[in-house]
Amino acid sequence: MIWQIELLVLAIVLICAVAAITVKDLLGAAILFGAYSFMLCLLWAIMGAVDVAFTEASVGAGVSTVLFVAAVFRTSRRTKD
Amino acid sequence: MSDLVPILISKVNYWVYIALMMIGLWAVIAKNNLVKKIIGMNILQTAVILFFISIGAKYNATIPIIMHGHDAGHHAVNAIDYINPLPHVLMLTAIVVAVATLGVALALVIKVHQKYQTLEEDEILAKMDEQ
Repeated sequence: MIWQIELLVLAIVLICAVAAITVKDLLGAAILFGAYSFMLCLLWAIMGAVDVAFTEASVGAGVSTVLFVAAVFRTSRRTKD
Repeated sequence: MSDLVPILISKVNYWVYIALMMIGLWAVIAKNNLVKKIIGMNILQTAVILFFISIGAKYNATIPIIMHGHDAGHHAVNAIDYINPLPHVLMLTAIVVAVATLGVALALVIKVHQKYQTLEEDEILAKMDEQ
């Protein structure tokens, strides 16, 4: 566990989390949530949880982003907050 | 003051876990858009996963695959050399449950949008009052 990389990735995770719930476009929020999930996957790999990293990359980042984009295209991209 | 900095650095995973959990909880409670609420729910779930993985992690240890596997009987296996794999196994289940709840929630959002033509909570409540 290299603490410099860990601090950097934790900072990016926090930024992506705040950005995903503040951006004024639902498609942008879905893509930022995918970036958040990939950063978490990197964090699990740094902390030695390689099986969790694999699952997060395939299920958390892959399937979740596809579901979000599909739902946004079936509804609307407009959001007030 | 000089004692505080090593504590903050060594426990930084837990501070980020608390921050992520509060961000997710705030999004679930205070956001007006239903998709934003679902994103907040997912951030809350991943914060819990971060907490559990941080419990199992340790410095100067390797991933939990036993070394000298073909003649393990000649070597003593020290648990201090390996990251604790029990939280990893529990959190694998949590990730799959998270994507299942996400699918159900997005299906419900699509049905709500078919009925009310909006995703904003206040507009949905106003249309429910009209009917």
